[in-house]
Amino acid sequence: MTPGPAPRDLAIVGAGPAGMAAAVEADALGLSVVLIDEQPTPGGQVFRAVEAGAGDPAGDPAGDSAGDPALAGEDRDSGARLVAGLRAAIGASARLDYRPRTALWHLDADAGLLSTVTDGAAGEVAARRVLLATGAQERPVPIPGWTLPGVLTAGAAQILLKTAGAVPEGAAAIAGQGPLCWLLAVQLLRAGAGPLTLLETSSGGALPRALRAGGLWSGRAALRKGVSLMREARARGLRVVPGVRGLRAGGDSRLRRVAWEGGTLECGTLLLHEGVIPSTHVTRALGLAHEWDAGQFCWRPRLDAWGATSHPAIAVAGDGGGIGGWEAAVAAGRLAALDAAYRLGRLDAAARDARAAPPRAALRRALALRPFLDRLYAPSPAVLAPPDDATVVCRCEEVTAGQVRAAARLGATGPNQVKAFLRAGMGPCQGRLCGTTVAALVAGARGIPVPAAGVLRPRAPYRPVTVGALAGPLPEADDPIG
Amino acid sequence: MVEVLVGDRPVLVPAGASAAAAVLLSDLPAIRTTPVSGAPRLPYCMMGVCFDCLAEIDGVPNRQACMVTVAPGMRIAPQRGVRAA
Repeated sequence: MTPGPAPRDLAIVGAGPAGMAAAVEADALGLSVVLIDEQPTPGGQVFRAVEAGAGDPAGDPAGDSAGDPALAGEDRDSGARLVAGLRAAIGASARLDYRPRTALWHLDADAGLLSTVTDGAAGEVAARRVLLATGAQERPVPIPGWTLPGVLTAGAAQILLKTAGAVPEGAAAIAGQGPLCWLLAVQLLRAGAGPLTLLETSSGGALPRALRAGGLWSGRAALRKGVSLMREARARGLRVVPGVRGLRAGGDSRLRRVAWEGGTLECGTLLLHEGVIPSTHVTRALGLAHEWDAGQFCWRPRLDAWGATSHPAIAVAGDGGGIGGWEAAVAAGRLAALDAAYRLGRLDAAARDARAAPPRAALRRALALRPFLDRLYAPSPAVLAPPDDATVVCRCEEVTAGQVRAAARLGATGPNQVKAFLRAGMGPCQGRLCGTTVAALVAGARGIPVPAAGVLRPRAPYRPVTVGALAGPLPEADDPIG
Repeated sequence: MVEVLVGDRPVLVPAGASAAAAVLLSDLPAIRTTPVSGAPRLPYCMMGVCFDCLAEIDGVPNRQACMVTVAPGMRIAPQRGVRAA
């Protein structure tokens, strides 16, 4: 056997705010870095296609719409600056290897070996340390009819607007809660969408509870931004229905109407959003220690103040370690890079701690409003565990809430047992969209707290990879053949 | 703009958009039917999480259409029910 290429100091998975910031910081500290990302361009979900709109205030002559003024805003400019910073570092440093369109399908944590697939071709890269910056996913919103064509997530609608300039045709509804609902409403209305209704599911009394949680003074800038968004949305004709309960989507082969307790709306598009949860697919597959976040109703990997996990070579930064938003992710990415340099012997503890002061302060600022938002937008019990037994919870295998409850009564103690009983979580998405719901349903049926039901343990491959790709040669640019 | 084929229909989509965006712009009623009940599906999450946009792209089945960037002449075909062995 010939020895493989020398391992990189640091492999970063995900080129969103956390991954980009970590890559730039680690490169500046002299570390060799490989940055892999599933998207064709850096930015993550929050700054998707942000480069296409940067520096192009007059719009885009090619007819592409990422330069759409509907998306303009101070956050987009910040995102464009982050991406430009990464591009500059890539251009200036031979140590920084950026690999777009590259998905991680297996990680051997002990050997530091990442198995990837790029454009259908398998690859491998070795690294002394790994930083997972895989971000967030939208919380599943299992309502009756949510599998109908025409029902999408609010995030999906935002991606369609950012990358294809597309808005829903005809009447549309956004249902759920959280800042993204208002931001999306404004963006769709600015871009010329048809009649738009926001069905708000926030519970009564949420605002007083949230105000008691504090954090308002230091987070007032973000709050002011939110209030001005709400004002603009209403001025642009958004219809708002507060206190929506019992939401369901209706239609035969596609969405025709949305109904709730006391109301109904004919529409062809329904956009669901009940906040975001950490994307823990890889950290769970690795068997890292996780903890239940009671404020955000989700699991997250157990991390120290530098993002280090329970595995000595693996760290996590950004929303994948707990929802904090893009500014917190940037700070966490920098801290993780500093700690990587320390653990690799490139920086002593005193230098690391001194350099960590600015990102630590930024992290505190970014998280100041979080307790307020968590309480204001806590998901209702019906979102976590749909009460109607006929509701599909596993979209892939079409398993209903009633089937999961029945399995729990027969003795299934958590999502891993339900998977064996019913195939829930065994389909192509590997439980990304049903794992949390199944756990909550089992907990409800067994009368135990949700975290006591445990988490689904996914297996590699994390992403689909063909046998052909596995059988082909392993392309590694710096690996001479023979 | 880029022209792709969704089913047998040519569709113009902005460069940089995904195959799943092309599907939604095409008015196709479903990109796949489910293996269990044959229910119609269209893309749902657009960010690689739900796998409801699985399609046959340039002859390769079960690809996540939301993770594939459109290219001129790309053929995006629906998948029906249980895939052939």
